Amino acid sequence: MQLNLIITGVGGQGNVLASQVLGHAAVHKGLFVTIGETFGLSQRGGPVLSHIRLSDTALPGPIIPPNAAHMVVGLEPLEPVRILQEFGNEDTVFIVNSRPIHPLNVIAGDAKYPDDRWLKNTLECFGKKLYWLDATELAISLGGAIMLNMIMLGALSEMDGFPISKSDIKDVIRTIFPESKLEMNHKALDLGSKLVQNA
Amino acid sequence: MKKIFQKNGNINLLLQGNEAIARGALEGDVSFCSGYPGNPSSEIIETLADAASHLPIYTEWSINEKVAVEAAAAASFAGLRSIVCMKQCGLNVASDFLVNLTLSGTKGGMVLVTCDDPSGISSTNEEDARVFADLADTPLLEPSTPQEALEMTKWAFDLSEKINNIVLLRSVSHLSHTRSVVRIGELPENEKKARFDTRNPFHTFPVIAKHNIRHEKLKTAETIFESSSWNPYQGPEEPELLIMACGSAWCYVLEAVEIAGLTGRIGILKLGTTWPLPKKIVRETLRKCDRILFAEEVDPFIETAIKAYAADLGEEAGGKTFMGKASGHIPSTGELNPSIFLNLFEILFGLDLINKTYREKVGEHLDGVIFPREFGFCPGCPHRGSYYAIKQALAWDNRDGFISGDIGCYTMGIWPTGFNQVKSVHAMGSGLGIASGYGKLAQFGFDQPVVTVCGDSTFYHAGLPGLINAKFNKSDILLLVLDNSATAMTGFQPHPGTGSTATGEDTEPVDLEALLRSLNIGVDVADPYETEASAQKIYALLQKKGPRVLIMKRKCALVQGKQGGFPYQMSVNHDVCLGESCGCGRYCTRIFRCPGLIWDKENMKATIDQVVCVGCGMCADICPRGAIEKTGKRN
Repeated sequence: MQLNLIITGVGGQGNVLASQVLGHAAVHKGLFVTIGETFGLSQRGGPVLSHIRLSDTALPGPIIPPNAAHMVVGLEPLEPVRILQEFGNEDTVFIVNSRPIHPLNVIAGDAKYPDDRWLKNTLECFGKKLYWLDATELAISLGGAIMLNMIMLGALSEMDGFPISKSDIKDVIRTIFPESKLEMNHKALDLGSKLVQNA
Repeated sequence: MKKIFQKNGNINLLLQGNEAIARGALEGDVSFCSGYPGNPSSEIIETLADAASHLPIYTEWSINEKVAVEAAAAASFAGLRSIVCMKQCGLNVASDFLVNLTLSGTKGGMVLVTCDDPSGISSTNEEDARVFADLADTPLLEPSTPQEALEMTKWAFDLSEKINNIVLLRSVSHLSHTRSVVRIGELPENEKKARFDTRNPFHTFPVIAKHNIRHEKLKTAETIFESSSWNPYQGPEEPELLIMACGSAWCYVLEAVEIAGLTGRIGILKLGTTWPLPKKIVRETLRKCDRILFAEEVDPFIETAIKAYAADLGEEAGGKTFMGKASGHIPSTGELNPSIFLNLFEILFGLDLINKTYREKVGEHLDGVIFPREFGFCPGCPHRGSYYAIKQALAWDNRDGFISGDIGCYTMGIWPTGFNQVKSVHAMGSGLGIASGYGKLAQFGFDQPVVTVCGDSTFYHAGLPGLINAKFNKSDILLLVLDNSATAMTGFQPHPGTGSTATGEDTEPVDLEALLRSLNIGVDVADPYETEASAQKIYALLQKKGPRVLIMKRKCALVQGKQGGFPYQMSVNHDVCLGESCGCGRYCTRIFRCPGLIWDKENMKATIDQVVCVGCGMCADICPRGAIEKTGKRN
């Protein structure tokens, strides 16, 4: 088994924490795991990209080879499109939050953010399956946009062939989140998995 | 206590490369840890600072990298093991001490970690700090994985004590910021006592003799390298291609060879000890094959050394074809990845390895649609206010003035959220040095006003000498210290002005204003949020001569956010905002460019993104119609 997963988004969306949770879960399961992170000026509006690589035979390198991503989680809808040419392929499964985060050049009118339909079509057309989720709204209803990453992990855990289950994730967050935050995060995971079951 | 600090070994943990280096130092019985923050190195000292509350070690953020190495050297001279960590630019700062330290030698094991940043993902440059190993005659280790980073760091202390000299360990972004499963070892428990043996001084004299000793030490290191396990060869006895690889590049090579199905045709020599070259191993491996490819990041460091060694070998290594950065087979700049090697194998072995049809189709579809995300200041960032005020003042002054910039978040003044006012950026503190030069150009007809900006952390690091130079030489310099009470860019590490140390201990903060006043130069303070008043102060200062300082004092917005947030609820009064017909050309969103201000496409007017806006209130002063309103925040 080797699985290449990309989690992509922008600074502040909880990308690094989500990858760490998966990484710890993988270690608990005895899997080989490598997570390559790129987060240059992420806190200042830049993209954050995690390559999460799981294997049961050998330790993978930190960068996914060309067009070899099995699954892509987009915390923001433009970012998965950005990595499509380099890492996507006809069999890639995309789990994408529909809510855009407009960069400054879009707000200022210097660049045009592609519309929803184009983003959806692009990912549908160049992959095997797209789960297009209104996850930010759900996160806000749960208590804040910061819950987004757990909703997306819940969705990811339902994917065929993904070796980490929702209960594996719950076991990890029990060790890193304070007691008071557990219920909310568990709820986010459960809602995330329901989102894709219904999709 | 976190698991990374536990005494027992033999468990698997998920560790970041930098955490693995920190654990390696602890397993290597380190006592003294120092460094200066800078991505991708910062987490090593952060981890060791955290460790200092559980284990008997000392950790500090030093004022700059040179002082960090000097402080760590003291521990070594007194017989303790020490580690000092920095990014590639930091080693430039430390190098003056380093090239002398390697003449005097060290006592307690001493390791210097440099984290290089191929592609300059979070740096002002792309630089290969390995050249300092050659320059200063220090052994150099290059781990490829977090596991190896841990083991090599630990091993480096022993090596350092065997040769009585400092050892360099080089990481890169994609090792420092890679997490993987790491098997940790046990922490030692040795009683330690620091003592300087006054019979054995540490200095560089007599220089030639010490230089010879330094070369002997390097030879000893070479022998140790040759019998170490850090340089394994894998592949057939007579490969069609031999790849010599180090660091993260080795991971990419290994994977590309497997994907291409070339494991039976390509041999890989993994070099973990890259300076001095383990010549015996290189020589034996060179015999296997006449086609050699070098895989390493940033400069052709092992490539150049091995080619030079092959020349020494004469006929024995004659007729070899060397491929790498010099021949153009490997890009001479930028981070490497598996794709680069797969593309090369396609050419060298006539294979079809990349899904070109897919890539072309996607490329055509995305052409012209995808754009990079613009970097910019956070909502509520005081730097936006400072640059707005400077821009205003320079416009009033009307002599084509500009800003000499420096290193920190405010480097982004070269881009639109700083109104493109910053016209030069180089190294820590350089903005002041350059400005002190402009300040002496009047006799050559130079009549443009120059403002130099410097953050508080950068000012302590390397800014002070430039300012004193200006005072000494009576240079016309206007310095704006952008004092946000934080080392914000690298993750809020404490510095001399913040009032706490790396380990969170209270310490009396340096009084920046008093320090500047002691130079007997004009010092004033302004609030970046008061853009109009600040602009007037800056304008008035521009009309004066000699060294002048204005402290733009306001805490980093992220710090303010954590400390209880901002006082205002912002809104745009759509009865007052005229939208496109105003004539301002969407001044607030297009020019002021705070991410909290957005354009309401339905009403064609400006509006506030209440999720993003923090309520700093700055934008209320910039709308020509006064349509942006601030009211007290509802609780």
